[in-house]
Amino acid sequence: MAHAAHVTATEQYNYEIIRKFAIMALVWGVLGMGVGVYIASELAWPFLNFEIPQITFGRLRPVHTTLVIFGFGGSALFATSYYVVQRTSQARLWNDSLASFTFWGWQIAVAAGAISYMMGYTQSREYAEFEWPIDLLITVTWVAYFLVYVGTLRRRSQPHIYVANWFYIAFILATAILHIFNNLAIPVSLFGMKSYSLFSGVQDAMTQWWYGHNAVGFFLTAAFLGMMYYFVPKQAGRPVYSYRLSIVHFWALSFLYMWVGAHHLHWTALPDWTSTLAATFSVMLLLPSWGGMINGIMTLSGAWEKLRTDPIMLFMITALSFYGMSTFEGPLMSLKSVNALSHYTDWTIGHVHSGALGWVALISFGSLYHMIPRLYDTKLYSQRLVYVHFFLATIGIVLYITAMWVAGIGQGLMLRAFDEYGALAYTFIESVMFLHKPYVVRALGGAFFVAGVIVMAFNIFMTIRQAKAEQAALEAKLAARGV
Amino acid sequence: MSFFRHETLEINAGWLIAATMLVISIGGLVEIVPLFYIESTIEDVDGVRPYTPLELRGRDIYQREGCYLCHSQMIRPFRDEMLRYGHYSLAAESQYDHPFQWGSKRTGPDLARVGGKYSNEWHVAHLVDPRDVVPESIMPAYPWLLENELRYADIEERMRALKKTGVPYSETQAEYEANVKRFGREVADRLNILKARDNLLAQAEEGNYDGDPSRLTEMDALVAYLQVLGTMVDFSKYSEDYFASFR
Repeated sequence: MAHAAHVTATEQYNYEIIRKFAIMALVWGVLGMGVGVYIASELAWPFLNFEIPQITFGRLRPVHTTLVIFGFGGSALFATSYYVVQRTSQARLWNDSLASFTFWGWQIAVAAGAISYMMGYTQSREYAEFEWPIDLLITVTWVAYFLVYVGTLRRRSQPHIYVANWFYIAFILATAILHIFNNLAIPVSLFGMKSYSLFSGVQDAMTQWWYGHNAVGFFLTAAFLGMMYYFVPKQAGRPVYSYRLSIVHFWALSFLYMWVGAHHLHWTALPDWTSTLAATFSVMLLLPSWGGMINGIMTLSGAWEKLRTDPIMLFMITALSFYGMSTFEGPLMSLKSVNALSHYTDWTIGHVHSGALGWVALISFGSLYHMIPRLYDTKLYSQRLVYVHFFLATIGIVLYITAMWVAGIGQGLMLRAFDEYGALAYTFIESVMFLHKPYVVRALGGAFFVAGVIVMAFNIFMTIRQAKAEQAALEAKLAARGV
Repeated sequence: MSFFRHETLEINAGWLIAATMLVISIGGLVEIVPLFYIESTIEDVDGVRPYTPLELRGRDIYQREGCYLCHSQMIRPFRDEMLRYGHYSLAAESQYDHPFQWGSKRTGPDLARVGGKYSNEWHVAHLVDPRDVVPESIMPAYPWLLENELRYADIEERMRALKKTGVPYSETQAEYEANVKRFGREVADRLNILKARDNLLAQAEEGNYDGDPSRLTEMDALVAYLQVLGTMVDFSKYSEDYFASFR
């Protein structure tokens, strides 16, 4: 019976593609976060640059951001979105070969990007460093993704499109628009990697940070909210707290996010009207963000005891708490007076990581822990290791963000300090010397976090091995009975 | 009437996609498009010119090494920044920067006006090993800049690509004459794509940026670029009120 049911499940849904993406999410996670710890260490101990061009901070930093955002985050999103759209539509993924193409296109783009930065090919646009040939590959892959996703939705056996899918759709559409407009460039030649961006100066800066902040807003927030809206209710075994709130959350978030990018350009040569508008919308964005957080956390209301018994729930609720914290910190930092101090400092880096580690990574870990055993029709190898991972991750995040608060606010204050004669109180290099200790603590925090991911990778590896052993045992049993 | 219920979007993928596209397009349209049309966005100021072929190659190397990840090129209008770095940056000063290099993080100091602040020798020593010059520095060393020959075989193609984006490099006589009118003859000569190689070699020889006249290295190009940063506008010619009127 069990055997027959298993065959039906794999026939009903395309799980193979999800397994591939889920495994690659972990591979890129270990690599990308490992590179993160390395470049953090380079800042603490500069000899680690070793005078090797390919591994200097300037070339490795985009490798880190690309591997974690697009490699880890992207693969986790492909995996979960393909899972969610199939489960909520109760339909098999549309077009297996196109889905397979999205896998290879995406993985090749991420790998090619990382290698090309180390070789010195970069557009020098943060989080959009891919040069034009890779950008074209991403564009084609993304169109295929859109077709597979919508094709599957059209097969749905329910009239309603479940709310998690709205967020994934907004993510797919917004990423397409952002990617295309931010990467408009003229190649130097058809056979070379180098290109120059179409826009310059102010307009280029505005386009880049419209992209940059919405890479956060749609890639790293809306899409992971899609994850949240499916996996939190599933893991809690309860419906979403408020359907009405999810509607308001979705439309307000989608509308407001697109306005806020210019808060990365306060006090620059960007006209005041633009950055003031961005600051205003950034403050408004607090409302839908917290609406979403409340909707997620309150889904657990009446089942709070799960936090004591279920480590996966612990990941999800902690992720939502960090989401709430960083979406409060964000509007705070977008105020011009705060930004005057925080901008250009490590406070920004800390803020990004409380979102990226605390929200994006933790909700992904929780969702993957929920999903992967189901993909392989088995149970997690070890619950205890999930707890170990949780505490390693949480300690890592706390070390990381507190170190960056100290570094950022400290440096910001030092650079604007004056002595009794009205002269600058500190030289720039004195502020760099001050950063050493926070940089050491930050690298340590990162190491804790990576250790947690390695524990998870081991746990998942053993889970898959166990699933295969169970499957083999079952088949042997059936064969012995002569079925 | 029932069409305007939210349920229409929940049961119809096409409408959901259309409505989402509408909602996410507005912010970008309102904030980005006017920047191309409102004239006061970029200050009307003399002296800003496109990069010479050698400076352009230096800028390419600046991008290649990821300098923008630790160094901004955007001085904000605060007293401490103006004491430390000089006059706040104008939009006009990066109007030929494809892409912009304003940066987002200062692990090292701002470089918007680093041009002329230090000697060529200082820059070479500092780039070869920053800790020789500033013992507490955490910047990586870039000794290969002094070892690598500068490649410039495709300099014309690079300038042509930039010309397509709107940078006024000249190829025809008419374009050259227009540049003479706009920037003066001396600058117009340096923006001539047809003479790019001669110009590049001449500037490297004349400037002797890397301290070794016998070789043309990547260091020559990068130092030439650093030495021009922030030096194009003569701020003594303008009153502060003039710039404020654009903001």
